[in-house]
Amino acid sequence: MKHVAGILSITAAILALAISCSKKTDNPEPLPSDKTPTPLQWNKPSHFPDPVYDLSKNPMTVEGVELGRFLFYDGILSRTDKIGCGTCHQQQAAFTHHGHDLSHGVDDKIGTRNAPSVQNMAWNTSFFWDGGVHDMDMVPPVPIQNKVEMDERVANVIEKLKKTPVAGAAKQVDYPKMFKAAFGTDEINAERMMHALSQFMMTMVSATSRYDYFVRGDASALTAQEKEGMAVFIQKCGSCHSGTFFTDQSFRNNGLIPNRIKDQGRYDITLNENDRLKFKVPSLRNVGLTAPYMHDGRFTTLQQVLDHYGNDKISSKDSIYVSPTLDPLLNVAGQKRGISLSATEKQAIIAFLRSLNDDDFIKDKRFSDPGIGTSL
Amino acid sequence: MKSSTSLLSLLSFVMSGLLIASCAFPDENEDTDPIETGKIQIQFDNVVGSQDLKLDSVRYTNSVGEDFTVSKLNYFISNIKLTKIDGSVFTVPQDSSYFMIREANAGSQKLVINNVLTGEYTGIEFVVGVDSARSVSDESQRKGILDRYSGPTNEEAMYWDWNPGYIFLKMEGSSDSAMTANGKYEYHIGFFGGRTERTLNNLRTIKMNFPGQKAIVTTSIVSNVLIQANILKIFDGPTQLSIRKSPGIMFTDSSKNVADNYANMFSVKEIKIN
Repeated sequence: MKHVAGILSITAAILALAISCSKKTDNPEPLPSDKTPTPLQWNKPSHFPDPVYDLSKNPMTVEGVELGRFLFYDGILSRTDKIGCGTCHQQQAAFTHHGHDLSHGVDDKIGTRNAPSVQNMAWNTSFFWDGGVHDMDMVPPVPIQNKVEMDERVANVIEKLKKTPVAGAAKQVDYPKMFKAAFGTDEINAERMMHALSQFMMTMVSATSRYDYFVRGDASALTAQEKEGMAVFIQKCGSCHSGTFFTDQSFRNNGLIPNRIKDQGRYDITLNENDRLKFKVPSLRNVGLTAPYMHDGRFTTLQQVLDHYGNDKISSKDSIYVSPTLDPLLNVAGQKRGISLSATEKQAIIAFLRSLNDDDFIKDKRFSDPGIGTSL
Repeated sequence: MKSSTSLLSLLSFVMSGLLIASCAFPDENEDTDPIETGKIQIQFDNVVGSQDLKLDSVRYTNSVGEDFTVSKLNYFISNIKLTKIDGSVFTVPQDSSYFMIREANAGSQKLVINNVLTGEYTGIEFVVGVDSARSVSDESQRKGILDRYSGPTNEEAMYWDWNPGYIFLKMEGSSDSAMTANGKYEYHIGFFGGRTERTLNNLRTIKMNFPGQKAIVTTSIVSNVLIQANILKIFDGPTQLSIRKSPGIMFTDSSKNVADNYANMFSVKEIKIN
């Protein structure tokens, strides 16, 4: 302990010297770049549950969110510098890839699954169609390092970010400056990058659809048909699409015929036979904007989706694919497989689902491309 | 408890040594500590039967007669333990016990373990892969070679992002028997047992005695333990593998067959005293 005391006193002496030295040349006016990041208080919508994401490990700042927005849209995250998160997660389609059943990434390579919506991420207990990732901070590396999406290495993204602004580049972004504004110093590392992206995604909350106004007490926010549709929906779809986000966040086999690559979904994560052909029950918020549907985007309209569940395809064939993991709710003994739905009920459900569209969310400038994005 | 106590005293000894070295107060009485430490080198040499492994340039033949080259071979070695002649075990402090052997990087194949208790050692134990506790630990506990976002783990893509976990062993190359579009075969073996629910566990612990020799560690003598990894055994062990049948083994149940095979590929070739 004597040694420690000795060291401490010496260190203190050196520090004192250093401080007194620097004071001699002290500039009384603080430089503007010394501004500390502005804390941002994140509040959940009053009718939403508490978030799953732990903000204590990543305190939000105004500048952090702004940095996250730039990173979200900047193609610098990809090997070709052309594909950003916003390429396949477009705001007007509630951050899905409008018109794409499967997304194409670098060099027009085609992925295997439909781009899920980036919305209300704060409440997700797992991410992606197979739920392989459990922490929002670990979401961005998946598309960044996927060979057919952005095909880049995070370590290289960090190096590229450090070298900005690039002289002569069409889009001048000074990331060292933005990291400093967000985190206090200009150090750029993966943890900060993921934290900034999470901060931005924390703000991407959809809570202002007409349905939300209805829930918050405005009975006139929904039409009679939508209310009727809501009642049928709760009764016939609500056991899986439950709660504030219309998902129980479970993994289920909803009777889709396996596609050409025989995508096994959740099984690829757990290698559990009971998980074959199971995919995450998606949130239905903004579902009217996120066509096409299902993990491979095989259905282009909500009508097709309900025809699948209703097992009403105009053919002699059963449209519900029977396999050992088929959800029991779609395979009740003594009944026709699927969910019994009349044409009127389907129309009502579709009307109700469209009331989940959140126009404010898809137009909110805070979530928009700051002018650096690329859309394909 | 015994080992952790000795570890603590070892640590405090090292710390006090550092302090003395950096301050060198002449009037201080140097604390005498009976524990002495030295270092040991563990060297991995990847071979194909009796030949040294050469990347890309040489075609080899596996046990089912298929030709193959190796363009990439990486594997994690962790949780090293050394057995003393009296049967006691020296556990390398876990924070200093993660390594990634890369055939393309000679430096990565020579592990230098510092602060090893002096004595005579008769065997070694290690894990191929990254143990489950470390795999699920906070990323701040996984820096250096385990950093998934920088350094070799990121550059060599030794981490599955979509199903977070380390790839314990990665071997890739080409083969006339690989009916893939690019003629390549790829073995990526991971799975530590599951994060939220139990999954496959492909961690393998290797335990070997030093054949007829002891590795001596003193404050001045450094032993070099040469371990050979015969990669033919990756294809041939409890399960004989065929590149034609499975050119890609990654996140499948059959990955355990590869792990069972490579668990038998190591042998202690020789011990040199420097």
